[in-house]
Amino acid sequence: MSRRGDRPMVPKAQFRSYYGRPIVRPAPWTHDIAAYLFTGGLAAGSSLLAAGGQLTRRPKLRRAGRVTALGALAASGYFLVADLGRPERFHHMLRVAKPTSPMSMGTWILTAFGAAAGAAAVAEAASLVPSRLVRRVLPPIGAAAGLGAAVVAPALATYTAVLLSDTATPSWHVAYPELPFVFAGSALASGAGIGLIADPAPPTRRMAVLGAALELYGAHRIETTKGLLSEPYATGRAGKLLKAGRTLTAAGVVGAVLGRRSRVVSALSGLSLLTASAMTRFGIYEGGMASARDPKYTVLPQRERLTEPADGQ
Amino acid sequence: MGSNSLYGPLDPAPDAGYTDAPPRMGFFTDTSVCIGCKACEVACKTWNAIPDDGFNLLGQSYDNTGGLTANSWRHVAFIEQPRSDSGAATGVPGAFAGLPTGPSASAQSAVIAATTGADTGTAPGLPPAVDALAAAGTVDPQLFPAAGTGPQFLGMPQTDLPGRTSDAPRTDFRWLMMSNVCKHCTHAACLDVCPTGSLFRTEFGTVVVQEDICNGCGYCVAACPYGVIDRREDDGRAWKCTLCYDRLSDGLMPACAQACPTESIVFGELASLREQAAARVETLQSQGVDSARLYGHSDDDGVGGDGAFFLLLDEPEVYGLPPDPVVTTKDLPDMWKRAGLAALAMAASVAVSFLGRRG
Ligand code: SF4
Repeated sequence: MSRRGDRPMVPKAQFRSYYGRPIVRPAPWTHDIAAYLFTGGLAAGSSLLAAGGQLTRRPKLRRAGRVTALGALAASGYFLVADLGRPERFHHMLRVAKPTSPMSMGTWILTAFGAAAGAAAVAEAASLVPSRLVRRVLPPIGAAAGLGAAVVAPALATYTAVLLSDTATPSWHVAYPELPFVFAGSALASGAGIGLIADPAPPTRRMAVLGAALELYGAHRIETTKGLLSEPYATGRAGKLLKAGRTLTAAGVVGAVLGRRSRVVSALSGLSLLTASAMTRFGIYEGGMASARDPKYTVLPQRERLTEPADGQ
Repeated sequence: MGSNSLYGPLDPAPDAGYTDAPPRMGFFTDTSVCIGCKACEVACKTWNAIPDDGFNLLGQSYDNTGGLTANSWRHVAFIEQPRSDSGAATGVPGAFAGLPTGPSASAQSAVIAATTGADTGTAPGLPPAVDALAAAGTVDPQLFPAAGTGPQFLGMPQTDLPGRTSDAPRTDFRWLMMSNVCKHCTHAACLDVCPTGSLFRTEFGTVVVQEDICNGCGYCVAACPYGVIDRREDDGRAWKCTLCYDRLSDGLMPACAQACPTESIVFGELASLREQAAARVETLQSQGVDSARLYGHSDDDGVGGDGAFFLLLDEPEVYGLPPDPVVTTKDLPDMWKRAGLAALAMAASVAVSFLGRRG
């Protein structure tokens, strides 16, 4: 046995395959989808930040949150449509509402969120409008829309975990109990990141800590408790991304808590959390794709499942 | 939706809302009689007007298709297998029972055929035709006396009827061939996750993509537990076997089953195909082929049974099939529950963050 420290966590198992070809097919998606996981989460996290700011009278947080949510929403729309094989048919998604299809549910969640978050962001421009009436009417509409967006936001941040898990991609599917927590945490942390940059008030720091805790806990479970199917998250590009994400999340939290006196340190912490959130999403994406490309991740867990009852007899 | 809509035994067409559905139709692919002619692949391409998949040499025995893709809806797998690999003990008449025992071509008979044939040279001036194959395959004893008196077999390909002479024992080697296809699952993950309603269940219980609806989101591709359905690159939409929905509607047999010369692909009502398959396995096993088994025939498996199922002579993964596929949507209710919990945790975190003391 090799004495080097980089031995795989799981011993090399024997299995047979058809010329080593994959059995399940990796999703035919590009990194656009990984990017959407981030921007969708960011839109959700920052709209929650905006709602918090709105309710606790912190206009800077409210404005930064709403504007970020709109920007992230626009980017999400672009990534999602660009990744279709037939982008001009994107509206076919609106033909049906299917609870068995997380993508269909997600479309409707995103549509509802988009309308509310868009209206809330537009209301921020009230002071720039010359008309008195508009200036009077917009803010209450924005307030209602902002709260509406915040109600939908948790669904927007977590449905993407179901989207990935509801596939035959082995390492995504097996992660379904924890993945929503990773994505919820990652979305919170990225929203908090925007807050730390715009106005590092105490709520943003608390949001950063709670988000990071959820994200780190979930990711840790996924990386360590899934046996062979944890391996794709610990090795290769996914392993590097997730590790970097973890480090940056920790750095961001430490910076947010200890650097509260300094605007610069707070802003850097926010940036660190945002980068970490993106890296975590790309890492999860890559890990699943790697598990679909190697037939061992399909064959071995299924073989184990088949032999288990026989052993019990 | 019935109680087994996501998992468990089910008749899919009535579950999908058809009131007077015809019996469920399907394929039984018996790999023990497949000869690897690829007539199914060709018939499928021709009937469905499918573009080529590239003209590649893959170095995988006679398989230059590679697998099921958007452009290959039938795929013939070839596995060259030393018998010891099959898990069966050597020396026991198993998969080879009742088959001819000699090598598939005899060097001697080929040489004799080449040298006793009529002189085909055309006078005047042209030399007699030479059988290059036989000449290359043998060493002329006059040129190489060390080679002995008779012609020597050099291992070059020969042509003769199989088993004409038995000058060597049959080798410890077998060849597996299987024509793979979409399984038309009872619980089809591709259909479940399709966000546009492009994939639908037909009255025959099969699963078909509507090409005028599909917008190429690619979700079905990742969801299929068999890696069947695929997005076509230049076209952007998802494609797969339709079990020749157009032919079925006209009372015809799917093109591949029609073309199969050995009836390795049998098309029919699923219920009777299952009976036929059970009888076939029994026959094979009684003849000593212990490795014969059915795959995808049972209502109780992870996808609620396949509309297209198989008789295999080795473990499924040897043919590139998953050993125990489970439809991913089986866990969907749990997935939504976990997501709901995480969403609550998220909302609570924000509330806690903003309700805390102003510091
Ligand atoms: S899930 Fe795969 S095998 Fe089953 S019907 Fe869909 S494409 Fe065919």
